[in-house]
Amino acid sequence: MEKLLYSKNHEWIRKEGSTAFIGITDHAQKSLGEIVYVELPEVDDEFEIEEAFGVIESVKAASDSYMPVSGKIIEINEALEDSPTLLNEDPYGAWIIKIELSDEGELDSLLDLSAYNELCEEDN
Amino acid sequence: MELKKTSLNEVHKKLGGKLVDFAGWELPIQFEGIKAEHLAVRERAGLFDVSHMGEITIDGLEALKFVDYLVANNASVLNENQVMYTFMCNEKGGVVDDLLVYKYTNEKILLVVNASNIEKDYRWIEEKAKDFDVVTKDISNDVSQIAIQGPQAQEILQKVTGIDLNEIKFFTFNSKVLLSGVECLVSRTGYTGEDGFEIYLNNDKAAFIVEELLNVGGEDLSPIGLGARDTLRFEAGLPLYGNELRDDVTPLESGLGFFVKLEAGDFIGKDILVAQKKEGLKRRTAGFKLIGKGIARGGYKAFADGKEIGTVTTGYQLPGQKESIGIALIDIDYAKIGKNIEIEIRNKLVDAEVISKKFLEKKYKK
Repeated sequence: MEKLLYSKNHEWIRKEGSTAFIGITDHAQKSLGEIVYVELPEVDDEFEIEEAFGVIESVKAASDSYMPVSGKIIEINEALEDSPTLLNEDPYGAWIIKIELSDEGELDSLLDLSAYNELCEEDN
Repeated sequence: MELKKTSLNEVHKKLGGKLVDFAGWELPIQFEGIKAEHLAVRERAGLFDVSHMGEITIDGLEALKFVDYLVANNASVLNENQVMYTFMCNEKGGVVDDLLVYKYTNEKILLVVNASNIEKDYRWIEEKAKDFDVVTKDISNDVSQIAIQGPQAQEILQKVTGIDLNEIKFFTFNSKVLLSGVECLVSRTGYTGEDGFEIYLNNDKAAFIVEELLNVGGEDLSPIGLGARDTLRFEAGLPLYGNELRDDVTPLESGLGFFVKLEAGDFIGKDILVAQKKEGLKRRTAGFKLIGKGIARGGYKAFADGKEIGTVTTGYQLPGQKESIGIALIDIDYAKIGKNIEIEIRNKLVDAEVISKKFLEKKYKK
């Protein structure tokens, strides 16, 4: 399994061939608190890098989720519709969308684990 | 601007509170998490720092007469040591603030107002007091306020006082209760829909009392942040200033006519409210539940029959519940239970149904 890459907006991405899974990080779910609703995109929707692809709602507020890279949605994690707290319980297991990458070069702009951890420390 | 700190600031940090800016005060939004805290208050008991709330004293020969003119409820019927919830209205019938009125005697009254409105309220009160024989004083900075709420609140509080708390009935107070030797004002009031107490005391002993309460409460008493305070008050159908209550919305429109006594003596804004009642309301707050997917948040627009009919004032998916519910200020034609409306969520209209805003059966001990 390929290792994870991270965006400054606190999404993770795991590349598998020309496709990739995207979710939110442990830091993101902790900051949001109890997640009560996830608004997912439709299959075949296309998004640019850093475009909002969905909304994650905690008890208190709604937060957009952004594409770490450009791509087309090929699958959504429908389990989140009934069990949004999966994102709290298992943030790296509970992916949100699976995409077809439009530009693999964009992956180079993402953070590795140590750079992401540094970002989180600044956040705290 | 540097945030103001309550005398419990260090206690919050010690308890792991996540501190945020709330109306200029550094206060905990949550400790363990909104859901856990919400449920702790419903099932056991919770402890709240509400020291940011404002306290204004009215003293003098005409204290009662003045307060009766200042607020929309009938203060003249209050017994000594009784508390009343009501509104200060402006000349247009809008709400300057909602508040609690504590009557010690006809010559001594305490008003408890919202943190974000303290300065505005005090200016308002000072101006209106000019024609009365009263002395007004803003004592907010000297007073700490702690709330203990939930089914086990009385049992826990009883452990630190020799006074039989059964003697403090719903919406009454005793201003000389000794809690672990510290003199406090204790009222059977609160803002969660649960039985419970609000405790007022000098700043210097607040941290001591909180630690005493947490000690005797043990696992049955949890510190609660502002997040759960809001979900609890919303679930109990209690309004919040800035959401359901505003200076351009009358208390009748907010569905709170019970706390307005139009048949009583003169008060500021009365003429407008009397006329509004006679002519009939054009808009009113209503509870609703979403039938479609999503969560309706405060500020989202409401629609029906292809036209905009109002705005959501508060919306949540409450801890432990599956449905998204809310309160909206909407055209009166749609404010009846069972009406179909729509809420605009991120450019999509989502079906909703008007329901009673008494989302929770209240458990006040009367």
